[in-house]
Amino acid sequence: MQQKTLNLKAKTMSTTKPSNSLAFSRRSFMRTTSLASGGMLIGFNLFNSCKPKTEPSIDLASLNYNDFNAFIEIADNGAVTIYSPNPEIGQGVKTAMPMLIAEELDVAWKNVYVKQGVLDTENYTRQLAGGSQSLRLAWEPLRQTGATARQMLINAAATKWGVDASECTTNEGVISNSKGETLGYGEVVKEAAVLEVPEEVTLKEIKDFKIIGTDVGNVDIDKIITGKPLYGLDYKEEGMVYATVLRPPSFGQKLESFDASEAKSISGVIDVVKIGEGANALLDSEERNWTVVLGSSEKVVVIANSSWAAMKGKKALKAKWVVDSPLESTEMQDKKLIGLLDGNDFTTMREDGDVNKAFANADEVLERTYESPFLPHNCMEPMNFFANVTDDKIHLVGPIQTPEFAAQAVAAMLGRDVKDIHLEMTRMGGGFGRRLYGDFVYEAAEISNTIKKPVKLISSREDDMSMGVYRPAIKYRIKASVKDGEVTGYHIKEAAVNGNMYGLIPNFFPAGAIKNYKVDVANYKSNITTGAWRAPYTNFLAYAEQSFFDELAEVMKVDQVQMRLDLLEKVKGTTDERIQYSPERLQECIRTAAEKSGWGKSKDGVYQGFVAYYCHNSHVAEVAEAVIENGMPVIKKVTCVVDCGVVVNPLGAMNQIEGGVIDGVGHAMFGSFDFENGMPTAKNFDRYRLIRMNEAPEIETHLIQNEFAPTGLGEPTLPPAGGAVANALKAATGKRIYKQPFMQDPSFWKTPEKEILG
Amino acid sequence: MPTYQLKVNGTSQTVEVSEDTPLLWVLRDQLDLVGTKFGCGIAQCGACTVHVNGVATRSCSTTLAQIEDKEITTIEGLSEDGSHPVQVAWKEVDVPQCGYCQAGQIMTASAFLAQNANPTEDEIKNAMHGNICRCASYTRINKAVQNAAKNIES
Repeated sequence: MQQKTLNLKAKTMSTTKPSNSLAFSRRSFMRTTSLASGGMLIGFNLFNSCKPKTEPSIDLASLNYNDFNAFIEIADNGAVTIYSPNPEIGQGVKTAMPMLIAEELDVAWKNVYVKQGVLDTENYTRQLAGGSQSLRLAWEPLRQTGATARQMLINAAATKWGVDASECTTNEGVISNSKGETLGYGEVVKEAAVLEVPEEVTLKEIKDFKIIGTDVGNVDIDKIITGKPLYGLDYKEEGMVYATVLRPPSFGQKLESFDASEAKSISGVIDVVKIGEGANALLDSEERNWTVVLGSSEKVVVIANSSWAAMKGKKALKAKWVVDSPLESTEMQDKKLIGLLDGNDFTTMREDGDVNKAFANADEVLERTYESPFLPHNCMEPMNFFANVTDDKIHLVGPIQTPEFAAQAVAAMLGRDVKDIHLEMTRMGGGFGRRLYGDFVYEAAEISNTIKKPVKLISSREDDMSMGVYRPAIKYRIKASVKDGEVTGYHIKEAAVNGNMYGLIPNFFPAGAIKNYKVDVANYKSNITTGAWRAPYTNFLAYAEQSFFDELAEVMKVDQVQMRLDLLEKVKGTTDERIQYSPERLQECIRTAAEKSGWGKSKDGVYQGFVAYYCHNSHVAEVAEAVIENGMPVIKKVTCVVDCGVVVNPLGAMNQIEGGVIDGVGHAMFGSFDFENGMPTAKNFDRYRLIRMNEAPEIETHLIQNEFAPTGLGEPTLPPAGGAVANALKAATGKRIYKQPFMQDPSFWKTPEKEILG
Repeated sequence: MPTYQLKVNGTSQTVEVSEDTPLLWVLRDQLDLVGTKFGCGIAQCGACTVHVNGVATRSCSTTLAQIEDKEITTIEGLSEDGSHPVQVAWKEVDVPQCGYCQAGQIMTASAFLAQNANPTEDEIKNAMHGNICRCASYTRINKAVQNAAKNIES
């Protein structure tokens, strides 16, 4: 395919909407190409920043000309294909991102065909699903791209007609001029593709949107409901073999020796091999990136001609393991973390005023400690990947949230050029952060490189739950002082495993609202692999803080809602640039949630818990309602109010919101994951409880309507849910819980049927 | 290795597998019917649900000896073109997030509605309780089953 690159003047576009606007350079992200098959391809680039900043994190003018993020293809019959670059883990970007393009391109959604882009380090950038950032970062560039393509089509038509482009209009893929003549996009794409990319295009006013803001169904729905191959585990290739991997049963163990004789005698087992050298070299490599999180033991791999034979073969392996580092237990971890909280060795992440002075002068001081367990991700599709390493190229196929990092790591591990790698992303049976880490990709590649065959690495649920890159156990100790009816001091200490909260969190609410404020963190290094889990840190911190607020309001004898509104009032007009949340927007969520849930006016026997939280650039308030059934508190309903700016696809957004809340409720109530002798005590769903249909509360959602640019939605509704539940449970039973999961000991909650004042 | 005669989605098939091979892996590896998903392998999550003579059954824990001479229906055979009332309802409601568990959910729901065409909400919740959705799309699953019941009725 002949590619033509156009030399354009750099131009900085002004932004059209309040907040979160980014300036960008056109030259950095546009390129058009005539397709040999006819039609036109236009490429564009998203900013590769995944941290919310008011300015782009990179100098866009310096971006490589080839850094494109997705493509629109317009065939000469007018058919529009949009290649969605980002991994789809169930968050809906494969539907929502193309909607942004289609809106400004002005084509009917029913005529748009969406395809998953492959990993293409030459042409795309930030092919990553994480941090609830996909839509936020895509909002302007994707619309600009659609608008640019539309303008080029108009320009081509105007030239054909010999009229001025300004007199032409478009409507769903058809261009009209003032004489009433029309041309379809497909009739002018060949001409449009060789035109200069216009320097300036006008984006639609929000009121003129035809696609954004409408309910658009999942683009893969037909395939999902008819069981078509979509996921990594469904991928097959001629000559492919299956591999299962025996890893140390405990974190802290290493392989000493193994006996494969019995495994090899199983029908269907082809071979048994050892891997680990490659992965170990990668752990030591300078090219190791943050997604390389894995143990250093060698592993035994069973190669078989079917999944079942590979699984049976693994069970028949006999291996000896030696202890290489201490085998941890939950008891030991608890002691370590409490020791950190009790100690003085902290890193201070934010400090305003003098908390100790505030505590010394206080009328009242409240201090509480909150505890959480490790959590596995438990994606429904267990970890798997296809690899075919040959001298020519490396073919990788499967579910990965960070394809670019995985490809770089595989190239480094095998001493190959990253250009040798062709990585295809499949739809993922869940992500939740687990597939940010590509350990199973490196293993698959090392296996294929060893046996010189195309291979599919598969995992059992037990493998999946015991080879985790878990949410680490964390404990918070929060202390606050009250003087003359005001919160004067607030000190939060975090003790965590392996790593601490990321740098934005100390500036979340209530930072900026309390004069004397301090965030201290400490951690200890464990041999248990840990990483991001849907809404990292805040998934537990929100419960700790919001539960603490609830208790603080009791101490202050003020209404929980009013207390939060009062605190937010103090943040208004702040000049602190670190404060990114909006007190006005959070207040609006709070007021709306109070109104919609009938806060303070609930029916007899219905007990409410309130939470307001900001994370992933979105503002959320939730009210949970508990009732007592058979002597036990049950969460029946959660009212959720979200301000995530313009909602691109309300149908998908509501699904994310409802799922996020129920996921948050479920893990706060039931997520229990202990270690003994370095080994998880739960390895499958018989011992590990996930929330099910019967326990899922009703969710009533309200979206704040405004014209702010979209912000995250895959994560922000999860963190507040745990706090709302804890506060509702307190209201229902009079008991406060300081440890997750709340239902670890159901007898704690056993309550007389009669109403108890909370 | 023993051979087995299976009737899957109305077609007779002969497969040669070890006698302990679960139906799930025969469907996925041998017959290329990958719509039936592997989730836990111990009949706890419901992702592998198929119909055996119309009854919702966990294929991960079903051996071929147990199902010889019985009619197996998988998601691929529920309808020719996604037109089964439950599939239609799933699309109307736009149930899936990641979508991985949904074939199992649909198979459980369709077997349930064949037995109880006019269920209460509590009956729906109880019937669907065995199927985990890790994305927690339970609100929509519930609504889709209710819609499907209406679709079947009309």
